[in-house]
Amino acid sequence: MFPARLFPTIETVAHTFFTLTANGILPHHAIETVIRLLSGFALAAVFGVGIGILMGRSRLAEDIFLPLVSICAPIPGLAYTPLFLLWFGLGSFSSILLVGFVSAFPIIFNSWTGVKAVKEIWVRSAHSMGADDRRMFTHVILPGALPYILTGLRLGLAQAWRVLVAVEMLAAVPWGLGWLIFGARKFLNTDAMLAGIVVIAIIGLLLEKLVFQKIENFTVVRWGMVAA
Amino acid sequence: MVPIAIDNVTLEYDTPAGKVTGVKDVSFDIGASEFVCIVGPSGCGKSTLLNVIAGFLAPAAGEIRIAGKTITGHGMDRGVVFQDFAQLFPWRTALGNVSFGLEMKGVAKDERDRIAREQLRLVKLEKFVDSFPHHLSGGMQQRVAIARALAYNPSVLLMDEPFAALDAMTRDDMQTLLADVWRETRKTVIYVTHNVAEAVYLADRVIVMSAHPGTVQADIRIDLPRPRDPLSVEFLECQKQLMRHLGHKVSGNGAAH
Repeated sequence: MFPARLFPTIETVAHTFFTLTANGILPHHAIETVIRLLSGFALAAVFGVGIGILMGRSRLAEDIFLPLVSICAPIPGLAYTPLFLLWFGLGSFSSILLVGFVSAFPIIFNSWTGVKAVKEIWVRSAHSMGADDRRMFTHVILPGALPYILTGLRLGLAQAWRVLVAVEMLAAVPWGLGWLIFGARKFLNTDAMLAGIVVIAIIGLLLEKLVFQKIENFTVVRWGMVAA
Repeated sequence: MVPIAIDNVTLEYDTPAGKVTGVKDVSFDIGASEFVCIVGPSGCGKSTLLNVIAGFLAPAAGEIRIAGKTITGHGMDRGVVFQDFAQLFPWRTALGNVSFGLEMKGVAKDERDRIAREQLRLVKLEKFVDSFPHHLSGGMQQRVAIARALAYNPSVLLMDEPFAALDAMTRDDMQTLLADVWRETRKTVIYVTHNVAEAVYLADRVIVMSAHPGTVQADIRIDLPRPRDPLSVEFLECQKQLMRHLGHKVSGNGAAH
C-alpha cells in the first residue's frame, strides 16, 4: 500500500536528516538558500516599503503604481521564472531578483494601506506641534503605519520562500534546498526530499519566532497598537 | 498675553447636495489670559470654528488674528487638545508625547525632558512619565494631551470637548485640574463644550452659538469668584441663565442638562 521508497518512515527521514547535517551537505544547501532568501527579501523590503509608502503619500504615485501592482501581483511567481532566467541568466542572481520582485507585492499593498490608515488626529496633532514634512514622515507616518508594514513583511517573506524554493528547482543552481529536493527526486531519495522540507519549515519557524515576533513585541505590541 | 480677534468668519462645507454654511458671520474678541467657552447644540459649528482657529480649516470669508497677525494655517502659537483619546502617539511614552513639540522646535534632549517632566507634574502624572498611552486611563491620557499641548509654550490653548468622553466623576476631577493648570499658566483658552455646567465652572466668558447656520447668539460673562462651587446658588443661577439662552425650558430650581 505505502512502499517505503515513496513513503519513508519518520525514523528514516530523521536518520537522513542527521547524516546529511553531520556531513555538512544539508547546512550547505540551507545556507545558500537562506542567503538568496534574505538578499531577495531585503530587495523586496526596501523597494516594497518605499513604493508602498510613496503610493500612500502621493496621489500621483498611487495613480502610476496601483494599476501596475494590481496587474502584476496576482500572477504566480513561477510564471515569471522562465522570463527572469532568460533575461538575467541561470543561477543565483536571477533567483534573487525574482524573489525580490515577487515578494515585493504584499509588502507594497500593506505599506500603502498602512499609510492610509494612519489616524488623521495624529497628523493634526503633529502639525499643530510644528512637525515639518520630513519629521511628519519619520516620527508619525512610519510608526503609525508599522503594524501594517510588519504584516506586509511577514507575507512578503512567506511569498519569498514559496518562489525561491520553486526557482531553485529550475535555475540550475549548484546548491540550495529547492535544488536538493528537486535533485533527490531523480534518485527516488524521498527521505532526502522530506529532510529538505523539514529544514525549510525549521528556518521559517526560526525567522518567525526570532525575528518577526521579537520585532513585534518590541514595537507594535509594546505600544498597544496590536494585541499581544 | 495674546488677544485674539475672530472677524466675520464664515465657513462652508462641500456636500453632495451643494454648499452648506456651517458657520456664518461669527465675530468676537478674546482677551489675554481669558478662558472662553463656546457652547451650543450639536451642529452649531462650534468644533468647526475651533478647527478654523487651529488653522486646520480655512474660512470661506472673514479672518482670525492672533496678536494682530492673520492666521493662515496651523502654528506653534496654538496648542490643541482633541476629544479623542487616540490623539496621543501610541509609540511614544507620556514623556515622549509631551516632548514632541519641543523636539520639533529643536530643543536639546535634556532640556525637553526637563520641561516635559515639569508639564507632567502640572497635570499630576509625574509617576507615569515612562508609561505608554495604552497603559493609561482615559482621564490620564487627556491629561497627557493637555501637558503635551502646553509643553512648547503656545500662547493659546484650543480645546475641543476634551472631557466629553470621560465618566462624570473623572470629568469633575479633570475640570478642577484644568482650572488649576489655567490659574498657574495663564494661557488664553478657547474651550468648546456642550456641557453647560462645565462652561460655567471653567469660563470667564461663554459664547453661546445657535445652529443652522452657526452664529453667535449670546456672549455672557461669568463673574463668579474662583474656585467655583458648582452647588452654590449663584452657580446654578448662571447655569439657568445660560440654558435659557440655549432655548431650554428652565423650571424652578433644576440644573438639568
